[in-house]
Amino acid sequence: MWRYFAPAAGFLALVALFAFALMRIGSGKLDIREIKSPLIGRPAPAFVLPSLTDPSRQVDSRAFAGKPYLFNVWGTWCAECRAEHSALLAIARSGGVPVIGLDWKDEHEEAVAYLATLGNPYAEVAADNVGRTAIDWGVYGAPETFLVSAEGIVLEKHIGALSMAVWQQKFAPHLKSGGGS
Amino acid sequence: MSRWLTLLALALVTTAALAIDTEAAFPDAARQARYDRWIHELRCVQCQNAAIADSPVGLASDLRRQVREMIAAGQTDDQIKAFMTERYGDFVLYDPPLTARTYVLWAAPVVLVLLTVGLAARVIVRRSRAPIDSDPEEPA
Repeated sequence: MWRYFAPAAGFLALVALFAFALMRIGSGKLDIREIKSPLIGRPAPAFVLPSLTDPSRQVDSRAFAGKPYLFNVWGTWCAECRAEHSALLAIARSGGVPVIGLDWKDEHEEAVAYLATLGNPYAEVAADNVGRTAIDWGVYGAPETFLVSAEGIVLEKHIGALSMAVWQQKFAPHLKSGGGS
Repeated sequence: MSRWLTLLALALVTTAALAIDTEAAFPDAARQARYDRWIHELRCVQCQNAAIADSPVGLASDLRRQVREMIAAGQTDDQIKAFMTERYGDFVLYDPPLTARTYVLWAAPVVLVLLTVGLAARVIVRRSRAPIDSDPEEPA
């Protein structure tokens, strides 16, 4: 008897598995494009890059040591970066952590105009015109946001547009436990 | 015949025109071969289903430049591999290593083949033992 039902049961099991995965993708719980960052739990990559707002100055990542910070990779060519901009401004205004920007492979004038129009949430913006620092951070698509601890360890990474909900769920808990360490 | 040859030649020319880097990265064949092997071995993590050799996106060209610079600087294959996986994880390699996280990936084809062969053998043995014309599954 079982031999008649086994194929049907196998088929239904596969349907259930696919439906489960598709529903998780649909609800945003599962992102099949997301690559788990090997950087989490490891020291944040160091960089020295020209400042976007004042190209005569250098932004040195060593200056961020001692307190946690948010590291946000963006570009004016990136549509989702516009979507997350209001969340970045709100996070910066709340004063919990400074937001450091990495302007990735962008046009200088356009980037300056973008911040002038939409508001500047960044305590510092480093301009990565060649994309070398982005490689060090394992960036593969803007926007990407990292939380770095006071000790300079990468605690969390979010790929895609940031929102206050993502901030509350993924990032804020790290800061509550043990003052950002 | 010559018409076909012309068509063939044209087809070859058009695929060459689609290549991303038309100039060689290195003057010597040995380093060029290593470069070609590496850019086909590394996945474009942005588009995810192409090697960096075949992808026109900015990140792929940045990673090709990185490979070129590392080979030019005399780095070994292990150093290039470590550099890439430290930043992008094993996903960046088209030939992922066998680890605790990837053993399912490597074992699944073997298990499936063994399962299929086992099932087929069972059916064949049973069918060949059953007397002809008295298979209980067949209507008499």
